[in-house]
Parts: sequence; C-alpha cells; structure tokens
Amino acid sequence: MAIVLVALMLCPAAVAPAQPTDRAPDTMEARLRACTPCHGRQGEGTNNDYFPRLAGKPSGYLMNQLVAFRDGRRRYPPMNYLLEYLPDAYLQKIADYFAALRPLSLPQTVADVSPAVLARGRELVSEGDQAHGVPPCSRCHGPKLTGMEPAIPGLAGLRAAYISAQLGAFRYGTRTAAEPDCMQLVAASLSESDVTAVAAWLASQPIPPDPSPVPKGTLPMLLDCGSEPN
Amino acid sequence: MRREGAVRILRTLPILLAGWLLAGFSSIANSEDAAVIAKGEYLARAGDCIACHTNPGGALFAGGFPMATPFGTIYSSNITPDKDTGIGAWTADQFYGTMHTGRFPDGGLIYPAMPFGSYTKVTREDSDAIFAYLRSVPPVHQPNRPNGLRFPFNNRQLIVGWRTLFFQEGEYLPDPTKSAEWNRGAYLVEGLGHCAMCHSPINALGGTSESKAFEGGLIPMQNWYAPSLTSNKEAGLGEWSIDEIVDLLRSGVSHRGAVYGPMAEVTFNSLQFLNDSDVRAMAIYLKSLGEGNPLAAEVSGIPAPESSLLLSFGETVYETHCASCHAKDGRGMPPNYPPLADNPSIQMESSVNPVRMVLNGGFPPGTKDNPMPYGMPPFAQTLSDDEVAAVVTYIRAAWGNRGSAVSSRQANELRTAPLD
Repeated sequence: MAIVLVALMLCPAAVAPAQPTDRAPDTMEARLRACTPCHGRQGEGTNNDYFPRLAGKPSGYLMNQLVAFRDGRRRYPPMNYLLEYLPDAYLQKIADYFAALRPLSLPQTVADVSPAVLARGRELVSEGDQAHGVPPCSRCHGPKLTGMEPAIPGLAGLRAAYISAQLGAFRYGTRTAAEPDCMQLVAASLSESDVTAVAAWLASQPIPPDPSPVPKGTLPMLLDCGSEPN
Repeated sequence: MRREGAVRILRTLPILLAGWLLAGFSSIANSEDAAVIAKGEYLARAGDCIACHTNPGGALFAGGFPMATPFGTIYSSNITPDKDTGIGAWTADQFYGTMHTGRFPDGGLIYPAMPFGSYTKVTREDSDAIFAYLRSVPPVHQPNRPNGLRFPFNNRQLIVGWRTLFFQEGEYLPDPTKSAEWNRGAYLVEGLGHCAMCHSPINALGGTSESKAFEGGLIPMQNWYAPSLTSNKEAGLGEWSIDEIVDLLRSGVSHRGAVYGPMAEVTFNSLQFLNDSDVRAMAIYLKSLGEGNPLAAEVSGIPAPESSLLLSFGETVYETHCASCHAKDGRGMPPNYPPLADNPSIQMESSVNPVRMVLNGGFPPGTKDNPMPYGMPPFAQTLSDDEVAAVVTYIRAAWGNRGSAVSSRQANELRTAPLD
C-alpha cells in the first residue's frame, strides 16, 4: 500500500515534463534572434536612428566590435550585457554571418540640414580638411564608402544620428579601439559643426548595388590603426 | 668497432642509469608539483576566483574589480604572486588562514564581499593546491585600490560585529548518514561554490543567516532575484532529474530552463570546467535541498475581474512576439528555446527575473557543451510597460503556472535596472 501511495505521489512529477517534438532550427538565424529588434532580421538595420546596419560590413570589423562590447572597450550597456559570456569562436561566427548577408537596403532618410552643410560634409568625406589634420573619409573607407577588408567598416547606409553619436563616442572615450586608436585622432580633430556635416552627407548617400568592402590592401593605410594592422 | 662501441656503452651505462634515476626522481617531483598546480587550477575554477579577482580585459588575478555594495564600492585585491602588490610573500599557512578565518596574515579583517563564510569550509589540502596554482600564474605589479566605502562602513571594526552575527569558522564536516557523492556535492556547493552568497536572503546588515541558507533573495545592487534553492516553486530542484540539473549547471541550458543574469557568469567562468562526477555530486546535493518541500496547492494571486483583461491582452502579446519560439502551449523548443510552462524561473514569488528577461533578453553562456547558444531578443524597445506587464502576467498564469500578476509600474521600474 505504501509503495502504491508513493508511486501515486511521484506520478504527476514524472509525467509533468512533457516531451515537445520541435527543436529550434540549427541555423545562425535562429540563434541570433536577439539581434533582430535593433539590427533587423537580416542585419539591414531598423527605423531606429541609433542602431546601425550590420549586413555586409567586413567580418574583421564586426569581430573587433563584438569583442570590444564584450570586454567593455566600447560602452553600450544593452550590447555589453548581451555579449558578456560569449566566447571568441562564437563571436567570429556571428561576425562572419552578418558580413556575408546582402539584404535589401532600407530607404534613405532625407537630411534636414542646409545645402551648404551638405556640401561641407561632401568636401570632408572626399577631400578632408588638411588645415585641421582631417583626412578624407573615403581615403580609408573606400571611394564608394563600402569599407576595406578585413576591418574598415563601410559608412554608406548609416543614419546621421548614429554617425555623429559614434564620432562623439570616439572623442569622449566610450568607444575605443586597439591602439593606436586612429579614429579617436580623427574624431578629435573634427569640430561640432563638421561632425554634423559629415554625418548628414554620409547618411544621404545610398548603399551601392554591391556593398562589399574592397579587398585588403586596395587602399594604402594613411594612418596607423591598431584594428587594421598593415 | 662494434665491440668497442659496446664496451663504451657498457662503461657509461651506470652513469646513464644514475642520470636516468635522478632525472626520474626530479620528474616525479615535477609531475607531482604539476599535478598539485593542476588540481589547484581546477579548484580555483570551482571557487570562481576569477569572477572577482580579474577585471574584464585585465590581467589574470590582478584584482581591481569594482563590486558595488549597498555600503559603497569595494575593489578586489591582487592575488598574483607579485611580492609587493600581490600575495607573493605569503606562505601556504597564511593563505589557508585567510581563507579559513577571513583575516589577512597581519590579523586585519576582510570585508565579507570575499565569501570567507563559505571558503572556511575548504580543506587544508585543497587550500594548499589553490595556493600552489596561484603561485604559478604570472606575477602582476598592480597595487590594490582603496575601497570607496561610505562612513560608517569604512570602519573595518564594524566587521567584528558582522562576524559575530554571521560568520561561523570551520571546515566542512561530512554528514555520515549521507553518501560520499552527496557530501562531495555539499562540500562544493557550501564551500568553494559559495552559492549561498546569492541564493540566501541578504538582510539589512549585508549578512546571510545560516538558518535561511539557500532560501533565495534579491541580489543587492544588481536587481536580479537569486531564487531559493529549497523551494520547488523557485529554483528548488527537487522535481528535476539529475541529468537535467547537470545540463543546466554545466552547459547553461537544459530541457527545463536556462541560466541567465548573474548565474550565466557562474556557468561561464566556473561550472563548465568542472568534471562530470563533481557536477553530478552538486546536482545530487542540490536536488536533496528541494526534496521534502512539495509544491503547496497555491491559488493564483491575481484578482479575477481585472486579471481576465490583463490575461487576454497578455495572450495577444504572447502570440505575436513569443510563441514562435516558446510555442503557443508554452513548451518551447528545449533546450534552446526554453519552456515557460512549468518553468520555476517564471513563477517565482519575485517577478523581477521574467520582467527583466522580457526587457533585456539575453544569451545563455557559450560553454564547451553549448558553444553557440541561442539568444532571446530584448523587447524594451518594442513593448510598452503595459504590454510587458500583461505578457509577464500571462506567462506566470498560463498552462498551469502559478505566479502573481505584474503591474506596469513594476515593468517600468526595471527598465532602468543596471545591466552590468
């Protein structure tokens, strides 16, 4: 009798964990749903101005950012939190996954700045400002602004708010890269109004039909950059 | 020629033999040292020393990691073998004394952010192995940072009172009525694992009382709830199989639920490196803590009239945003999309953890057994406070779950909870 009672008491616990039949798909897409609310289903970005597109950026660049977020060199608490306990090997797979995606581009936003500001932005991007030690963006980020392998990001397809926030973060040290931190030097030599101009002009440029970064070594490095060693 | 060669070999044989013997002895001594160091490294993993004594991105065991407490910030100390700024001048006796008594070799009192209340249970042999390992890591010259404790907590004499109330010195005493496995598990959980540091209620004095050990509590400053290990309604594991507990602890995911928040750190830095028999022993002990605490036949605390609106709204939110992974019936796709039905994390008295998971999402830790974990999206951007409250209320009450309702104010408050 006692045994029967014990068996009856155990019964609900024994049957409680029902056996579901479905398993999560064995794909990166299914693993990385955590990225979609801010970066879009295919890494194309979202309507939120502060979250960048990831698709098509060089894998080395994406890996550098994932490691910098995980280790706190680049500060943004929601990203620092998500990546805190992910090993390098997995971060590399995540970087490779987004680097290979080629989703349709989001529509361009219309810049709400004057034509003079836009013209200044275009000038800085293509020619720089030698008097203030500002190199042209296109010199390293590519003539079509699609970046260079392995670790220089494309700038096309980013929003103005994101670009100016990053230039500010470089300047104030909440976004740092491996030494020598070349972008910190570049950002420090831009005035506030130049930041606005560069961000507005870059954001007005459509992503070219082929957003792939140019191959490594295509553009001789102008600056010493720890994250893109020569 | 051949004979000459043979004679030469014969002549040199004794010398060679002596050389071999000497080399043999010293390599035995070396391999013993290496074995002790390896054991110490393993035990240091079990104690998760790295979590506090290594700053993320900083040098191994060089300390300087800031720990926010309700009384101010405490910085962990340098435990590398650097003679001036680390523990390079310590002896094994002094190291054991510090672990065992919570006092520095000069008699100074250690703030109880260091879990010496647990480490006092560590045996002398294990302490010596950990010390041998710590002496083998590269020395780092990095002076300890002064603590930023506010008055009156900056007075170390206050620790005397704290120790009288909460500290009991003494190595782990095996329970002869229990199996060797159970005792090994208890030794690891109560000692090096220092699980009670989080999984016990913390009182206003910053202490955990022995009588309430493993009853769960809100982790100060982090706003994560460390569930009770004795109540099966929380993280009591009385109803889980040993395999499920082993999976959860070591891989970070299981067919019953996943680790997240501060527990993800413990699996990432400590538990994934423990061997099968030790994790199994811990599982046996943890399961026994929850046994004999059957689930009380509780009624949902949600008042019927207003809750039906909240529930139907929550169900809509669930079907739109959650069901594609966690399934309409809440059974998920385990182990990678964890079940919510019958998942103790969802139903605990405190709703802090499910609300934070919805707001912040999260990845289980990447471990040897689960190197590419599946992540949950953060919904802080997508869902309003009302939607968060409704969906958490729904998952706490659906499919036989028995958690209480959540207000949108609670959801709103947790939006600003710290993420680091």
